[in-house]
Amino acid sequence: MKKLTQVAAACLLAAASTAHAADPNLGRNLAATCANCHGTNGKAVPGAGMDSLAGESKAKLLQKLADFKSGDKPASIMHQISKGYSDEQLALIAEYFAAQK
Amino acid sequence: MMLMKRREFLKAGAAAGAMASLYGCAAGSKAGGHVVVVGGGYGGATVAKYLRMWSQGSVQVTLVERNPTFISCPISNLVIGGTKTMEDITVSYDNLKSKWGVRVIQDDVVAVDAAKRSVRLAKGGDLSYDRIVLSPGIDFMFDQIPGLNNAAAQEKILHAWKAGAQTVALRKQLEAMPDGGTFAVAIPKAPYRCPPGPYERACLVADYFKKSKPKSKVVILDANEDVQSKKGLFMKAWADLYKGTLEYRPNSEVKDVDVATNTAILEFDKFKADVLNVIPPHRAGSIASQSGIKLINNRWVDINWLSMESTSTPGVHVLGDAVFPAPTMPKSGHMANQHGKLAAAAILNLLAGQEPNPAPVVMNTCYSFVDAKNVIHVASVHQYDAATKLVQPVKGAGGISAARNELEGKAAMGWAKNIWADMLA
Repeated sequence: MKKLTQVAAACLLAAASTAHAADPNLGRNLAATCANCHGTNGKAVPGAGMDSLAGESKAKLLQKLADFKSGDKPASIMHQISKGYSDEQLALIAEYFAAQK
Repeated sequence: MMLMKRREFLKAGAAAGAMASLYGCAAGSKAGGHVVVVGGGYGGATVAKYLRMWSQGSVQVTLVERNPTFISCPISNLVIGGTKTMEDITVSYDNLKSKWGVRVIQDDVVAVDAAKRSVRLAKGGDLSYDRIVLSPGIDFMFDQIPGLNNAAAQEKILHAWKAGAQTVALRKQLEAMPDGGTFAVAIPKAPYRCPPGPYERACLVADYFKKSKPKSKVVILDANEDVQSKKGLFMKAWADLYKGTLEYRPNSEVKDVDVATNTAILEFDKFKADVLNVIPPHRAGSIASQSGIKLINNRWVDINWLSMESTSTPGVHVLGDAVFPAPTMPKSGHMANQHGKLAAAAILNLLAGQEPNPAPVVMNTCYSFVDAKNVIHVASVHQYDAATKLVQPVKGAGGISAARNELEGKAAMGWAKNIWADMLA
């Protein structure tokens, strides 16, 4: 019985890890959803009034996003958009933009 | 000459594709091949650029577009209102060619042979592909409004719901209209392209009338029972800014028109306007709706939300306004751009023999002008849900502006400049 439970647990674990097998380009794909306003790869069009995100530190980006999400940072729209992403997704997005030169 | 060039290109493309697949074997995951994109609007231009950018040039991309330049529907209501020009909403395809190496062919696609993986061009010649992306936008169902079902009628009673010559023509009709006249805009039943767009247009024409033709009126004939987007914000703008100028009439579906008298014929009523602007019901652009791929309601393409691939026809991906939308998903340029990126990522995985990303996300932002400076927005985020196999709106996320404001007027133009660059620069 114990053995069976162990096998079942191992199977569950395998299934769970398959279900969560993330695409290696997940960060890139998520960050691309921001590019409509913030520019391809976070490089906003100069002078158009949108923040460039490329090359900003991951910590700074994450703090900003967390403040938008919590409502601490006033915004016209980002408080609504940031709530649509999980904290894990926001971390991937911040990491991707931080790595852009 | 053109044909030869095309053949040479295909040969070159095939060679590059073969090299890329060889390289792909060595690297284990690099995509190669040739993707044909039909339609260079918000969806098609985006997928073309992102396929080239994300594959680092290893995937060949041919974009077939009938127009010589991109003309944006978003912001085009400002041209109709008279505060922007056509030049402001026109963007060249040159960077797609020179910077990203997309082969741009100005032509129409007349047929897709999904079994042979080949498309036929109107000017002659075929293009073969490994995967095809159809981003054809919408076509109008003029047969639903019999009086409009001929070319002469369509030149007089305009839709101006595809930006271009009709945008200019509607502006001219408004300029020629004497003060004291009436402009009526007729909205089809949802779903239609750009849900807040007709209400924005009514606002901007009313703003123009207030400044230049103060005795004139705007009437919205809405086939729907209520305002379809940003309702409270639009109604507040109408009450605050356009009282006595703008009138909203719900449940007013245009069944026919009398072209000679500029009269909209409703079910139980008629409405005569000096400038009559009828947006007919629409369906997926004809190359998608008539290629034998599976449609829903005989109008919109049924797609797999992990890849934007047709549920019936392997190798055919469809984007933008042409698809049957996921729950609460608007038909918008912003959303078409997001579809383009979802499809580009999925196609590169598929060309490299991998599964598409199992957790795609798309989001929408839409700004509407209620006068020349003040803007209201609606935003939403949509995450893939494995249980329903749909991208679903995230509860508690998204929303609308607290109130109309000039700051978002600037953001709207910033949005336009950035999204045009994201597609085409």
